[in-house]
Amino acid sequence: MAEALLAHMPALAVVVPLVAAPIAFLAGARWGRPVALVASALSVPVAFALAWLVSAEGEKLRYQIGGWEAPLGIGLVVDGLSATMLLVTAVVGFAVTVYSLGYFADKERYRFFWALWLFLLASMAALFLSADVFNLYVCLELVSVSAVALVGLSGQRDALVAAMRYMLAAILGSIFYLLGVALLYGAFGVLDLAHLAAVLGPDVTGQAAFALITVGLVLKTALFPAHFWLPPAHANAPSPVSAVLSALVVKGSFYILLRLWTDVGDPSYVPGMGTLLGVLGAMAIVWGSVQALLQERLKMLVAYSTVAQIGYLFLLFPLVEIAGSHVVDAWSAGVFHAVSHALAKSAMFLAAGAVLSRFGHDRIDGLGGLSRRAPVTTMAFGLSGITMMGLPPSGGFVVKWLYITAAIESGAWWWAIVVLAGGLLAAGYVARVVVPGFAKARDDASDLDVDAGRLPRRMEFAALALALAALALGVLGQPVLDLMAVGSPASGVIPWTGQ
Amino acid sequence: MSQTDIYTLAGAALFVIGLYGLITRPHLIHKILALNIMSGGVFLVFVGIARRVMSPDPDPLPHAMVLTGIVVTVSSTAYALALAKRIYSETGMAALDAPDVIEEPEASSG
Repeated sequence: MAEALLAHMPALAVVVPLVAAPIAFLAGARWGRPVALVASALSVPVAFALAWLVSAEGEKLRYQIGGWEAPLGIGLVVDGLSATMLLVTAVVGFAVTVYSLGYFADKERYRFFWALWLFLLASMAALFLSADVFNLYVCLELVSVSAVALVGLSGQRDALVAAMRYMLAAILGSIFYLLGVALLYGAFGVLDLAHLAAVLGPDVTGQAAFALITVGLVLKTALFPAHFWLPPAHANAPSPVSAVLSALVVKGSFYILLRLWTDVGDPSYVPGMGTLLGVLGAMAIVWGSVQALLQERLKMLVAYSTVAQIGYLFLLFPLVEIAGSHVVDAWSAGVFHAVSHALAKSAMFLAAGAVLSRFGHDRIDGLGGLSRRAPVTTMAFGLSGITMMGLPPSGGFVVKWLYITAAIESGAWWWAIVVLAGGLLAAGYVARVVVPGFAKARDDASDLDVDAGRLPRRMEFAALALALAALALGVLGQPVLDLMAVGSPASGVIPWTGQ
Repeated sequence: MSQTDIYTLAGAALFVIGLYGLITRPHLIHKILALNIMSGGVFLVFVGIARRVMSPDPDPLPHAMVLTGIVVTVSSTAYALALAKRIYSETGMAALDAPDVIEEPEASSG
């Protein structure tokens, strides 16, 4: 029995939230809440079980849904990277669910949140488990539609317009991606990622397909200069949604880029592409950080910080191409950044949301003395800031260490400068909130209502737990690094060294 | 020029026309239709690819993908239209930059 259950773990990761979503919808405003809590709590042990299975096996696991073999059926694949992403999705997802129970106190108005949220979790899980490029397309669309609906949930004008802008960008990205899939199929006649990796050869159509897919996914990941839709969407969404969009949803499209450029092919497949993505990443780090320094509202600051932090993800591509024997460092840095940023940024958005819902505003110049009014929330914000800056002992420090090692060792020291400069800029925008927050507030620097009611504890502590997890990654990161390396390019089977 | 090429080129042309419309037209319905035209172009490319195999019967897999793609496109179009309608009823404008336009005198009355 236990073994039979374990064998079906990959399917369960998708099925649990997928089944719970319509139940939450039918259960209505009151009972949708416990349904979502149970489903997202169940996703955590399922994700841990998958991580354990993959680690024990030491290689990719394949699962055929309903026992139907490809090409008739749909296959799922779990390797270390998938398991890592599922794990972080489940952990962040659970914390956000707990927070949301407090945040959506107006049960009737936000009654549709729970079903949409579970649909989003299910489509994220399906995306991380997909074995072929066409299923990835379907999952991308499912993620986008549920994410857009969540952005517009409040029904307010700014949120609706932000949702529409996001929707148009997301559909456009999907269409580019789909055209790429068509060309890939035309050139090689296969869709499965592993088959594609085996038959991929120098071919103009294949290169065009990779370029089109990359354009589409860069748009969906909001890499500079395609980030225009992200700040309004992430800042105007309800705060738990902002957290999930910044922490997880942008990583979904990045995950596919990672699969294509390091699993199926390698960054040298389209000459200059690795460098181009890295340069855009570097520009994102600078532009996003500078914008974060200039924002007047806390949620906009955090949203622009996401624009900057997305840049770090893309430094992986040029470094993987040139790092030689340090290719594992470069690859691991990017993936580890996806994990630590997911934890820290969700903590940051949840903390910002707690401030906004308690004091009714999030103007940064009115947040002086915040730590005495909301100590746990200020702590959560500050601790997640440590990861953004990349100071030890946080997860962000591990990312910077690995990137800088890869950059220096491969003689491309300028990437190391970008990494360090990004850390300094992050220190600047985190300090804008934390320094006045801990200072004894002057009257003109504080606009915090003394009579504002206390927040539900679970909101403050959900944010703090995520921030602590991001910090702990720096100390306890080795198991995560080991897990994500299972069955991946970083495990020693490196395609680009064999060519 | 073979039949496959005609389909593929027509698909590419639709893709570009749609992209142009998406960028240049401010009206939300135009933007949504432009995205539909782009999707139609991609589906045509798929249809062209299905004919590339040198056998009497076309490859069924691209057809299956087009069918799935149509389902996805219909659903997301329906959703985008609902969103556009809601934006129109909230702002009186069917464009993304509604706040700027609303300040114009002739728009503020509606």
